[in-house]
Amino acid sequence: MNAIEHTEDVAPVIYVSPSPHLVQTATSTRRMMVDVLIALAPVVAMSLFVFKGYALFQLAVCLAGSLAAELIFVKMRGKPSTLKDCSAIVTGVILAMSLPGTAPWYIGIIAAFVAIGIGKVIFGGLGMNLFNPAMVGRAFVMISFAGALAASGFEDVQSTVDAVSQATPMNAYKMNGVVTPLVSLFLGTTNGSLGETSALACLLGGLYLVIRRTASWEIPVGLLTAVAIIGGLADLMGPADGWTILHHIFGGSVLFGAFFIATDPVTSPLTPKGKLIFGFGTGVLIMTLRLFSGYPEGVMFAVLLMNALTPLINRWMIPKPFGEH
Amino acid sequence: MALNLDGYEGNGSFAHGIHPPERKHFSKDAAIRVMPTPDKVVLSLHQNIGGPCAPTVKARQAVTWGEEIGKGTSFVSTTLHASIPGVVQRPMRMTLANGRHMDTLPIKAGGEIPEDRALWDEIFGGTWPTTGLDAYDPAEISRAINEGGLVGLGGAAFPTHVKITPNDKKPVHTLIVNGCECEPYLTADYSLMMEAPEPIITGALLAGRSVGAERIVIGVEDNKMPAVKILKKAANGTGIQVAVLKTKYPQGSEKHLIQAVIKRQVPLGGLPSDVGVAISNVGTMAGVARAVIHKKPLTHRVISITGGGIANPANVLAPIGVSFGALIDLCGGLTKNAARLVAGGPMMGFAFSNLDTPVTKGTSGLTVMTKQEVAAGEQTVCVRCGQCVDACPMNLVPTKIALAARHQDVDLSRRYNIMACFECGSCAYSCPAHIPLVQLIRAGKASVAAADRA
Repeated sequence: MNAIEHTEDVAPVIYVSPSPHLVQTATSTRRMMVDVLIALAPVVAMSLFVFKGYALFQLAVCLAGSLAAELIFVKMRGKPSTLKDCSAIVTGVILAMSLPGTAPWYIGIIAAFVAIGIGKVIFGGLGMNLFNPAMVGRAFVMISFAGALAASGFEDVQSTVDAVSQATPMNAYKMNGVVTPLVSLFLGTTNGSLGETSALACLLGGLYLVIRRTASWEIPVGLLTAVAIIGGLADLMGPADGWTILHHIFGGSVLFGAFFIATDPVTSPLTPKGKLIFGFGTGVLIMTLRLFSGYPEGVMFAVLLMNALTPLINRWMIPKPFGEH
Repeated sequence: MALNLDGYEGNGSFAHGIHPPERKHFSKDAAIRVMPTPDKVVLSLHQNIGGPCAPTVKARQAVTWGEEIGKGTSFVSTTLHASIPGVVQRPMRMTLANGRHMDTLPIKAGGEIPEDRALWDEIFGGTWPTTGLDAYDPAEISRAINEGGLVGLGGAAFPTHVKITPNDKKPVHTLIVNGCECEPYLTADYSLMMEAPEPIITGALLAGRSVGAERIVIGVEDNKMPAVKILKKAANGTGIQVAVLKTKYPQGSEKHLIQAVIKRQVPLGGLPSDVGVAISNVGTMAGVARAVIHKKPLTHRVISITGGGIANPANVLAPIGVSFGALIDLCGGLTKNAARLVAGGPMMGFAFSNLDTPVTKGTSGLTVMTKQEVAAGEQTVCVRCGQCVDACPMNLVPTKIALAARHQDVDLSRRYNIMACFECGSCAYSCPAHIPLVQLIRAGKASVAAADRA
């Protein structure tokens, strides 16, 4: 066809197509995934800075696992490769950032295979999954390898990396009432899952996602509002132990979850109102788990539970069309 | 942004919508060219929403310019006139740009018709009265408009006399004249507002009088400030106001223009008269003035021939029924990289390929787009990002409707209010997965309509 078009004196080739004849070409599904990766950059950088080799190791394991799983499972379905949509890379990075640096190699691999295989491809691939794939993988290994992912699994007193030799702030508070200074929580020089420790990095990346409209602002706003309200109430009604609203927000993976996990468009509602409800519900569940369950943190289970409610929220939140009173 | 117009509640905009590239530069500053009378025109007997015309002439009959050749068959229908003098040929079926096969009356040119500036002066020239219009009885205005064959020239082609006939049950308090032209590329209304503001004002006064409107306002987007200035000058002393609206697609949609000006929502399935409004395009108003004052019918209209695929973009005053091919020739032909011919603008216009396709009363433009201009992204799966929801001016959930349509699930389509969609294309424009949402929804609407008939 190109040969014809470049020949002189040949009439133009006219194409017919239904309207609209203009589309925004600057955005694409792939571009959204790349946006998430760009937004994850400060988080990854901070994790490399704080956890050094541990972070590099988990990233390598989870990325390799995710890409291999995507390749194998999609091939098993007899579909063309989907590696270029970059969604497997996003899952790999988010999964790595949600694991403790100390987790052995097979945990990352198993989590990645479960994330991609059972979390996503089994439903029909990108766009069809009900649950956030990375969280499906993480929940699987958390239950299967309770020791490695329990609070004690995060610590290695022998480690030369400072952060890893300490208890996580969430566990230190839950078990011993030790309150980590806010500055450490904000900057992220504490122990924890690789990507969750630095509130600053999460906020930077999250802001980028929201400005690019790759993530909907309604979800983090709803989530953080719920955490702030319940955290504030807990602070007022509980003992004056120094764990404030800001500790609730900066500690653990609230910010990482609010901006990078709950905002997964596939597993969150479609309408603005639905997104607010989804975010708020996630926040309520996070705080419920934190305050009343045996776990020090609850972001993963909160997101998975709300994922399950997403189809219902979509159904309840059909907006009123323009002109209907 | 505020509308800053006393007595008007709207804020000059509406919720949602999109900001596509305007691309009006191709033809914005081109003065209106008068097309030399073509050898032939082909007049569709069905050019409007509602019923078709029945022909009132026979083959081989000679007709003069503006002679009636078809009569409306129902109230929502109107008269058809010979847009050039000549001899009526045998009726034939033609496919219009919108894909509908219609009976048409071809006319072979021959006879008296002014050319060039004389034609312009005959149609839009002279002085247009803004006072003493009380002499025209509302019923007389309405009849003259029907006899003049006027339909909405913005594109929908709804018979104008139906809109401006007073209805005791639904009194109209406001006449809104639509000068938004929110479609990218098109500049037909803009150039008419620039060059012929007087007949627009006179027509608006007449239509307002006929429908019993207490106030008249012309809505123009803020990317057309020169037209605002000229209209304000022409409207001086008549009581007609000009509302400057936010440039946003689809601002020119009837319902959204009403929202932007008076902050009322036309109920679903309802008409502007349900909120006390009559609304009509600026070009239509100029036609009304001519039909009422000079008793002359609609035979010509301004058409934008624009886009990167046309050699010399222009705004052309052309007879209705002329072929798109003749218009393309007039504008220097297609460029080598022309890739799509669109009757109308790129958001809601119809792509066609046959150059013999005739222009109808509702044809506001011919947009010739190049390969680069129509570049579409690769279609991928829906990731439920909700950008279509944020874009939809009707506050629908396009992706869900499209999904229901794909599965021909009529109940689900209805639950998501599929019939409220007016196919503006905002969703498909915004979709990062480049899913042909409008096409799917259109198919879904057809399924719902079929289910309703069953």
